[in-house]
Amino acid sequence: MASQEMEQLVRREYKEGFVTDIESETVPPGLDESVIAFISNKKGEPEWMLEWRIKAYHQWLKMTPPSWAHLDYPPIDYQAISYYSAPKRPEDRPQSLDEVDPKLLETYEKLGIPLHERAALAGVAVDAVFDSVSVTTTFKHKLHEAGVIFCSISEAIRDYPELIKQYLGTVVPVADNYFAALNSAVFTDGSFVFVPKGVTCPMELSTYFRINAANTGQFERTLIICEEGAQVSYLEGCTAPMRDENQLHAAVVELVALDDAYIKYSTVQNWYPGDENGKGGIYNFVTKRGDCRGDRSRISWTQVETGSAITWKYPSCVLRGKDSIGEFYSVAVTNGRQQADTGTKMIHIGEGTRSYIVSKGISAGRSNQSYRGLVKIGPRAKGARNFTQCDSLLIGDQCGAHTFPYQEIGNSTATIEHEATTSKIGEDQLFYCQSRGISEEDAVSMIVNGFCKDVFQELPMEFAVEAEALLNVTLEGAVG
Amino acid sequence: MSDVHSEVSRFLERLKERCAERDRSQGREPSWIAARRQAGAARFEALGFPTRRDEAWKYTDVRAIARGDFALTDSADFSPATAAALTLPLEAHRLTFIDGVFSAALSDLGELPSGVAVLPLSQALAENHEAVGGPLGRLTGVDFSPFSALNTAFMEEGAVVRLAPGSVVEKPILLQFLSRSGAKPVMSHPRILVEAGSRSQATLVEHHVGESEAANFTNLVAELMLDRGAILTHYKLQEAPLADLHVASIHVEQARDSRYTSFNLNLGGGLVRNDLISELNGEGAEANFYGLFYGQGRQHIDNHTLANHNAPRTFSNENYKGILDDRARGVFNGKVVVKRDSQKIEGFQSNANLLLSDRAEIDAKPELEIYADDVKCSHGTTTGQLDEEAIYALRTRGIDLQTARGLLTLAFAGEVLDRVDLDAVSERVELAVAGKLPERFNLAGLVEASLALHDE
Repeated sequence: MASQEMEQLVRREYKEGFVTDIESETVPPGLDESVIAFISNKKGEPEWMLEWRIKAYHQWLKMTPPSWAHLDYPPIDYQAISYYSAPKRPEDRPQSLDEVDPKLLETYEKLGIPLHERAALAGVAVDAVFDSVSVTTTFKHKLHEAGVIFCSISEAIRDYPELIKQYLGTVVPVADNYFAALNSAVFTDGSFVFVPKGVTCPMELSTYFRINAANTGQFERTLIICEEGAQVSYLEGCTAPMRDENQLHAAVVELVALDDAYIKYSTVQNWYPGDENGKGGIYNFVTKRGDCRGDRSRISWTQVETGSAITWKYPSCVLRGKDSIGEFYSVAVTNGRQQADTGTKMIHIGEGTRSYIVSKGISAGRSNQSYRGLVKIGPRAKGARNFTQCDSLLIGDQCGAHTFPYQEIGNSTATIEHEATTSKIGEDQLFYCQSRGISEEDAVSMIVNGFCKDVFQELPMEFAVEAEALLNVTLEGAVG
Repeated sequence: MSDVHSEVSRFLERLKERCAERDRSQGREPSWIAARRQAGAARFEALGFPTRRDEAWKYTDVRAIARGDFALTDSADFSPATAAALTLPLEAHRLTFIDGVFSAALSDLGELPSGVAVLPLSQALAENHEAVGGPLGRLTGVDFSPFSALNTAFMEEGAVVRLAPGSVVEKPILLQFLSRSGAKPVMSHPRILVEAGSRSQATLVEHHVGESEAANFTNLVAELMLDRGAILTHYKLQEAPLADLHVASIHVEQARDSRYTSFNLNLGGGLVRNDLISELNGEGAEANFYGLFYGQGRQHIDNHTLANHNAPRTFSNENYKGILDDRARGVFNGKVVVKRDSQKIEGFQSNANLLLSDRAEIDAKPELEIYADDVKCSHGTTTGQLDEEAIYALRTRGIDLQTARGLLTLAFAGEVLDRVDLDAVSERVELAVAGKLPERFNLAGLVEASLALHDE
């Protein structure tokens, strides 16, 4: 094996690493009530929102960071983080792409995401989050015609306070966990989607997250509500510039599906994983939860996790409604010294609820990866059904792959299946491909893509292509 | 907090009385024992009883033990007739313990092959305490759990089995623990020590049973050391009374090419917690964990297993089956750990559970922790009901519903029972499972049908 070549590929520097120099309006590091008041004021929020934040802050002060995850990182100094950063001139925000700061467009250009092109050709509305403020929102009018609300959460708080009051924090309560409480206190932006009764959202909604300005933690808050019979597919994707300091990202995503509603939430995460010694890199502590409140509702999570130094993420479904469905499809790839502790929770409460979990983990280099999942069947969930498959692929002898699936089954009519395997890429598989003239690298990529196929086919088209490319970049040369 | 403190101090108080009394009646203990007791007590005091906030005890509440007031006993009186009825009909080398106290009258070692020693711990200590001091506590310090610390503090009696290299014990070695009903619940902290020399072979049967009214607490620690090529088959048949509380940790150390096979058959006990840990330290070592638990009423059965693959080319294989009825609760936590550079490992784990009642609950957690890449590891766990189609298939052949359900339940257990070589044990379990099936099952028909099937 041409291990030197491999080495080179593995060591390849992070392609998306660069810092765009845009003057940010940043508060000094530290967190207290005045910072929260500053954020709330900046966002032009009503009084009740500030109260909600302060309450969350006090809750957060009472809590301690979770320590149960299979992760190893130094304690985070929450007073060393700046909690607000926004591109300048928030008052005269651009209304169209022409008005957007050319430097920002340049950033997207470098990332290979030509915003206008993407928007025009792919017909995708993009709510681009550049640091903490939504810089531009496209296709708003088209969505408006359909009655779909798609805007930043800050706008929603101002424009649709009733909806926010009704739904915010009902899926992920403020006191849910340490990071959710922190997010509730200091979240600065994120998306809000409301699809009214019977409407199928005319296009796939997408937000590109970008972390910029050194030292700022990113605290997104996303809320998606689908009323009776409504449907939406939401895409989230991220890249981040290269830097030295560890960055904290603690987002909260809440999904609410009423009767017969269907929400599909897809993520491609490619944040900076740190250099080969694990220096730098994003800390990603995310709380994502969907609430299938209505009968026959369905929530589907699909994620491709390739970035971040530390991932702590468990997209979950609370299956309350009768015959509701929860799905979780995940591919997580770790290389270098990345650590990922990810999985899902399926809480079956209603009758006839079903859940489906497919998790594929690939560890390479000196990385460590864990699948941590919970399937809980409540006493009223008659005839509940779960199928779980979690497979791990190990590349190299210095990495680790772990599975911690919890099952709590309190109903005799439930049927639960769980399967897990751990293996490496078979020598015979490689040999088979190579004997047919396929180079080792292509063979590995083929095998890995085949390993992930079950998940990739759940991704929307554009994402599936991107995900495959990402996977190859992350893993190429990891075999040696 | 004060409440928790008083629970711990009640146990420590009892320990102090016991030690004082022992010093008076038997003179001072060897200093190493006294030192270990002290260490155990200190560790226990520091840890306290586990709560459900401790990950390892998340699904098991031990307050029934912590709040209990258990005496210690010195009496080994037990009705011989009752004992005879409870004893497994096995031709075996038998040691019997009544509430943890050795009963010479109910023991029958018969003739042991040369090079094989089976004796109560107290006797082994009296004869040559230094020979015991080496291996004892080697596999489990006081840190493993508060219960192993407690055992170390209280430990007095138990069994010592020594197998010289190459020795083969044909008949099983039966360790019988009888629980007696009395005015006051008692506790015992037995310790089992097995030193299997290289290429030795033996079958160990640990049988917990007792008078149906008994409500005692047993806190057992077993240390099994398998030298090169040793083969040990270990049956643990749990038929303790339904009010009995039982906590046990079994630590196994396996050298090169050794094979340890465990059958953990759990039928009795109100609260049962087993920790089974095997350290696969030498190449070619193999550990097999087979388990069957049947819970009814309000029984709580918790099985934790751990296979530590510390060396390359080691194998573990696990199959646990659970059947839960009424309001019984089962916990299964199986873990396979592959250390860095332990290549060419195979670790398989399977757990299937059958829920017969709406209020029964199972909490399963099969874990893999893997730090090497050339491994084949898998686990599977399922929970469900009897297959309606299989029931239908049997009914089309003229078998009534109850019998069909019963047969399928027995068949479910059969996957593990088929591997049991001791008929006395498998029959006992089969009968118990059949006998425990709810009355709507046609038992006579069931047994007949089962026999007919066997004859074919």
